[in-house]
Amino acid sequence: MSENTLETILENKRSQPQQLIEVLQDVQEAFGYISEETMNTVSKELGVPVIEVYRVASFYKAFTLAPRGRHVITVCMGTACHVRGAPRMLDEVRGQLGIEPGQTTPDKMFTLERVNCLGACALGPIVVLDGKYHRNMTPNKLRKLIQSVREAEKEVVADAA
Amino acid sequence: MPPKLETLEDIRQLRESLLAKEANLTTMITVCGGTGCQASGSVKVIEFLKAELAANGLADTVKVRVTGCHGFCEQGPIIVIDPANIFYCRVSPDDVPEIVSETIRKNQVIERLLYTDPTTGEKITKEADIPFYRAQDRVLLGLNRKIDPCSIEDYIAVGGYSALAKVLNGMTAEQVIREIKNSGLRGRGGGGYPTGRKWQQCRDAAGDEKYVICNADEGDPGAYMDRSVLEGNPHAILEGMLIGSYAVGANQGYIYVRNEYPLAVSNARKAIEQARQWGLLGRNILGSNHIFEVEIMRGAGAFVCGESTALMASLEGKVGEPRPKDVHTVQDGLWNKPTCLNNVETWANVPLIIKKGAAWFASKGTEGSKGTKIFALTGRIKNTGLVEVAMGTPLRTIIYDIGGGPNDGVAIKAVQTGGPSGGCLPAEKFDLPVDFETLAEAGSMVGSGGMVVMDERTCMVDVAKYFIAFLQDESCGKCVPCKMGLGRMLEILTDVTEGRGKPEQLDLLEDLGETMTETCLCALGKTAANPVLSTLRYFRQEYESHIQNKSCPAGVCRELIKYTIDPEVCTGCGACLKACPHGAITGEPKQPHIINEDICSRCGICKDACKFEAISVC
Repeated sequence: MSENTLETILENKRSQPQQLIEVLQDVQEAFGYISEETMNTVSKELGVPVIEVYRVASFYKAFTLAPRGRHVITVCMGTACHVRGAPRMLDEVRGQLGIEPGQTTPDKMFTLERVNCLGACALGPIVVLDGKYHRNMTPNKLRKLIQSVREAEKEVVADAA
Repeated sequence: MPPKLETLEDIRQLRESLLAKEANLTTMITVCGGTGCQASGSVKVIEFLKAELAANGLADTVKVRVTGCHGFCEQGPIIVIDPANIFYCRVSPDDVPEIVSETIRKNQVIERLLYTDPTTGEKITKEADIPFYRAQDRVLLGLNRKIDPCSIEDYIAVGGYSALAKVLNGMTAEQVIREIKNSGLRGRGGGGYPTGRKWQQCRDAAGDEKYVICNADEGDPGAYMDRSVLEGNPHAILEGMLIGSYAVGANQGYIYVRNEYPLAVSNARKAIEQARQWGLLGRNILGSNHIFEVEIMRGAGAFVCGESTALMASLEGKVGEPRPKDVHTVQDGLWNKPTCLNNVETWANVPLIIKKGAAWFASKGTEGSKGTKIFALTGRIKNTGLVEVAMGTPLRTIIYDIGGGPNDGVAIKAVQTGGPSGGCLPAEKFDLPVDFETLAEAGSMVGSGGMVVMDERTCMVDVAKYFIAFLQDESCGKCVPCKMGLGRMLEILTDVTEGRGKPEQLDLLEDLGETMTETCLCALGKTAANPVLSTLRYFRQEYESHIQNKSCPAGVCRELIKYTIDPEVCTGCGACLKACPHGAITGEPKQPHIINEDICSRCGICKDACKFEAISVC
């Protein structure tokens, strides 16, 4: 499965070093992170030294080098969100999940990320949960949001049993 | 297959037939489908609306047009019903049946969905009467409201691609460049470089292979006009780039867009596909010899890639590091070929200038700054959203007449313009006209157009620290002044906000700032000190209060403040105890609660949760 996906991503891009960022973006999207093994394959197939692949993968914020949790909470830390209390949203998530931005909870349920601006500044503070934007967030709303994910996960486990 | 457009006449005829088709409609419902309104739930509203109209047999006479951003994001989801021009805001899917049965069928206005002017408390029925829109000159943004970004027909119906047809059917490249020069258009991305001059330099540069690039890597936190324009009117960008490519002699273009803007990426992709099918991209465009192709490249989350040379490095698949610009990119740009790079808003202005004439464009604005500019008005203010005004409009008009003034009655003390490269201007400067020169003289800049309004609850030292922390995080690390300078500045600002600051450190900050301005490699570094230098210039007393009195007047800097519960006022309701994410509050029900200072992170969440105002900060 994963072999195939990487095959598809690399199609028509082999031996084209300038496609490195595009390829890594597709890898990130398909696998949720970029593994060492993938970097080696990409290096060989595009003809880019592996050190350069690593350099690009670690330079850009869109790429992560470790697997992420099943749910990703992204707190927008743009200026408009900042002056409207975004640091409190980070506090709330830190307190609830016990992790710092960039980290994943030990049960792999949540990853906390911060982003510098999502361009929805009029609606700040913005928190994104698994790609869905939540506007005018408050610590209270955020706590309920995290709670709702935990409950949904519990149901999944119960259904499976 | 759609018809291939080959001549000016083809476009004119098509436009007339499209307008004739619209004449049969009795009602047009415009629903905003931009990122902001989507975040507020507009997708469901659109789905329900279409289903409800179909169920009522109205699908043929009432059209639902899903558009890009209208700019008044805070009020989303927004719908406008024409021809009556009725404006409904914060619409939920549950409101849809009533909108159809009352407003569409009986022409009755639904009071509760109308916009309430926060200044007067008055309900406003018509979109055109809303103060937020009334004081604007929405040359570019106004088009968003009339176009479904996924429909090339909508764009052609409002006169789209007629500027391209005019250029390809009888204007020489030199004439096009002269027109842009005469208009006085300057780059909207921040630098303000004259666009016509840039095009001329690229045209004059030696080499057969040239490129045009649209810079949609809008990384400035607090600015999102480029997202709105690319997302809401992608064909305008394509038309602008097509005209630019003809003028400078390029056959290939790239749109470099932020990865954080998924809707803009998807709408731009659709637009390119449509333009190709209609014969507006590719070979023999509109029957001419001009060849042009466009590709989209997604950024990967690096602020520095908004800088032109770093952007080009990134387009080549490399790490986005700037290079010295002793040889300009118009001569030696992407793949070492002459390259003409402009910002989204700049490209979007081009078709309008060609269509309406340089004199029309130059009639707006000031002596040195022509035309209109879009600003993202956000922060501690009543009306937030995208605002388009003629250059030279005073800050006060934007903040008070359009923005509605302070929120919650707390006085406004500053506005931050120009993003991390800009500065903070105090309230006494609000009569300054907004143009490239005036803002630069005052220590800030127009930049990409972010305007974050700050009130007494904002600490200016904290704001400076926020920007320096942002820039340090985003600095590519290639040149020493930027890498080391930002690090040292952040150390000093952290000292100040945590109560370890010394008076002489303020002089050191100024010294560092001036050195960076003079010696950094790229524009990011050269302007990085602006947030510090401008706050030192206008809000020095706030720095001094942090240093001398160890106090933060705005009650923001965590090391200098303390939250306490007044046992006389506390009812022991337990709201704060439940709200505290750090478990720092203890207390029995109906007994006064206590904050444990060792655990407290001073986030202030408890204060917001308390209904009895028992928690204070000092």
